[in-house]
Amino acid sequence: MNTRLLIDWTRCEARGLCIELVPEVLTADDWGYPLSRHGDVTLPIPAPAIRYAEEAVRECPRLALRLIED
Amino acid sequence: MAPVHGLLSAAVDTYAAHQALLGPLPGLHAEDLRRRIADSGLTGRGGAGFPAARKLAAVAERGGGVVVANGAEGEPASSKDRTLLMAAPHLVLDGLALAARAVGAKSAYLYAPDDVLAASIEPALKQRRDRIKVIPLASADTFISGQETAVVAAIHGLRAVPMQTPPPMYVKGVRGKPTLVQNVETLAQIALIARYGAGWFRDHGTADEPGSRLLTISGSVQAPDVYEVPGGTTLGDALSWAGGASEPLQAVLVGGYHGRWIPWTSATTGLALSKAALAPYDAGPGAGVIIALPQRRCGLEAAASIATYLAGQNAGQCGPCRNGLPTIADHLNDLARGRNAVKAHNEALRLIGSVDGRGACHHPGGSARMVRSALGTFRQEVELHVKGKCTGQHGPGRATA
Ligand SMILES: Cc1cc2nc3c(=O)[nH]c(=O)nc-3n(C[C@H](O)[C@H](O)[C@H](O)COP(=O)(O)O)c2cc1C
Ligand code: SF4
Ligand code: SF4
Repeated sequence: MNTRLLIDWTRCEARGLCIELVPEVLTADDWGYPLSRHGDVTLPIPAPAIRYAEEAVRECPRLALRLIED
Repeated sequence: MAPVHGLLSAAVDTYAAHQALLGPLPGLHAEDLRRRIADSGLTGRGGAGFPAARKLAAVAERGGGVVVANGAEGEPASSKDRTLLMAAPHLVLDGLALAARAVGAKSAYLYAPDDVLAASIEPALKQRRDRIKVIPLASADTFISGQETAVVAAIHGLRAVPMQTPPPMYVKGVRGKPTLVQNVETLAQIALIARYGAGWFRDHGTADEPGSRLLTISGSVQAPDVYEVPGGTTLGDALSWAGGASEPLQAVLVGGYHGRWIPWTSATTGLALSKAALAPYDAGPGAGVIIALPQRRCGLEAAASIATYLAGQNAGQCGPCRNGLPTIADHLNDLARGRNAVKAHNEALRLIGSVDGRGACHHPGGSARMVRSALGTFRQEVELHVKGKCTGQHGPGRATA
């Protein structure tokens, strides 16, 4: 089972909060939008980072984030 | 009643003539209908080539759904859906009624350009008495208006731009109901499969690409037009249907603006238009679009003009697509014109790798991969442009559309 971060790209406005909270998974692209640091666009979240990802979901100013399990 | 030979031989203008040629809609039950479609191996003709039976099953399982015939055909190089809707509207409407029956749908829409609705669909609907009421809806003239979530947005009365998924459409689409969006050609095939059976369908085409399919062939061929060909036809045979090349070719763009550039050589003319044969080129039959590129034209310049168009067609909703596609197009234009060519090439490659999967729809990935295939197929041209040269007739700096 994997926990993944799902970004609603129609909402995200590159405020970068998620990038600060989950730097092991995300980095910024040339315009400040979250980009997978390791190239996997499905954004799997390693166990130790899950609680920070949950915080990003709660705090994203655009309510653009969700965590899914698959 | 002898079977017709395919979609375009079922072209008649009145419902009476259509019924005289094909007979009435067969009275199959939903389950038999779905089994027949599954046995036929029919795949979607709207681009992704997904098995039709699997989509039908997912919506049928949930029940009470909505079916939509997608005839938007936003792809500028495609005209097969328009040709089909104008020539054989009753075949598409039969397919829509059958799909509705197969999934137990309660409402149905036909989404297509307004002039096609006025000239063909609305008059055809007046002649029919289907159990399910079909609502015609005009599609916008944009590249993405036919993306399935954009179609649902249009039905909701919103601007036809994609919406973020999941949940997938077969769970939650039109008015929150399970929704089946199927290309109009896929539906027309269902109308024939329901009548003549899966075996009849499989008599055409190959084992892995059964049935016929519509191709729109354009560019440097003698007779650019829409042709109905057996599935798995080779690229060389496909061009022969269009009268053959009108001048020496260097490549073909297979699959339309989101497709891939494949070099035109004695080996590639034998490639079948099938997922398996085109996989080494990361390509597929897509919606059946083939554009023949002549030797005299610079491939980078041809790809750059398409990339510029695609960049302008982003719906402006998703940052990576809105920012990335125009920048990739700028770099490709620079490369095509020999401006800062090394940097332009490297930057284009870097951004192509970053936009895929980062948007509400496949527009960024589809566009970026078309550009990547151009950089691979035209790599000799890339090397020349780096040195300020070009094999195209106009040379860098004199690019024409
Ligand atoms: C940018 C974009 C544009 C699309 N435009 C069309 C279109 O004009 N017509 C169409 O049938 N499918 C189009 N599609 C594919 C649809 O999303 C959907 O997969 C298709 O209508 C399903 O029908 P099928 O399974 O019968 O092919 C488009 C997809 C994308 C990503
Ligand atoms: S926190 Fe939200 S708005 Fe900010 S970059 Fe992340 S997803 Fe986008
Ligand atoms: S990915 Fe691009 S084209 Fe698709 S919805 Fe987002 S902005 Fe629009």
